[in-house]
Amino acid sequence: MLSSALRCLRPSCFSLAFSRQLLHHQPHMEHSGSRPVETTIRTKLTQALEPEHLEVLNESHMHAVPPGSESHFRVLVVSPQFESLSLLQRHRLVNEALKEELSTCVHALAIQAKTPQQWSSNPSLAKSPPCLGGSKHDNTMAEKLKAGQD
Amino acid sequence: MNSIVRSTVRCLRSRTWYYGAVQSNAVLNSGWARLMCSSAVQKNLEEMVKRDKVVVFMKGTPAQPMCGFSNAVVQILRMHGVGIYAAYNVLEDQDLRQGIKTFSNWPTIPQVFFNGEFVGGCDILLQMHQSGDLVEELQKLGIRSALLDREKEA
Repeated sequence: MLSSALRCLRPSCFSLAFSRQLLHHQPHMEHSGSRPVETTIRTKLTQALEPEHLEVLNESHMHAVPPGSESHFRVLVVSPQFESLSLLQRHRLVNEALKEELSTCVHALAIQAKTPQQWSSNPSLAKSPPCLGGSKHDNTMAEKLKAGQD
Repeated sequence: MNSIVRSTVRCLRSRTWYYGAVQSNAVLNSGWARLMCSSAVQKNLEEMVKRDKVVVFMKGTPAQPMCGFSNAVVQILRMHGVGIYAAYNVLEDQDLRQGIKTFSNWPTIPQVFFNGEFVGGCDILLQMHQSGDLVEELQKLGIRSALLDREKEA
């Protein structure tokens, strides 16, 4: 029993808690009127990184912000431009593409940046950890949410 | 004893305080000096990230993280048995919060530094943990990951 408990502490078990297998892909439905930030993120990442696969998830509903917010996102970018780049370099490319949004309305951005080969060998989307309510105590959130609506 | 005296002197000189040696092994710095101009902030950050082997800028504290991503970093470090590290709570001071983003040219919190070098945020640390790279990077810092011992036992 102890050995099985210890096995749960290995990275593979930890990753199970933080990932889910994609069972099928669904084409993204464009609703730019109601989701302007999401649309902008998708457009900018497409232009900058020419991804083979792109997922943009609005995770604001998982956080302590009003319904309909566009403040917390998770992106999965699969691009050959990431070949031979370190994780840090890849993430910086994503950050650079979304520089304006990150300095205004986007409060949190979770990134997965994979090469096409990495994606095909492990097509799984990571899961964000549960919110611990930080945005409730963050007096800069009101400004960011307003910036997203303007 | 000498290291405690040195730490205390450093505290008084830099107007920060260390917390939690009793409650947790993580060392928390707070009481950020508020009257610094931005270049002084950047210079101070340069010293701060080099002062300890592992430095984390987070929301909340290791004992009470205020953000899921910051908590993930704390949990990963705990899993690897990294008991001593400097943790700075950016929610306590907006100058620190903005300053570290400018310093590392990284827009989000948490931020992790190893030996003064920026490693990344929660996503990168998690991927390093999953790939096994984190064990290697900790080894370079002279920190033996607790996961190595657990694998031995199993």
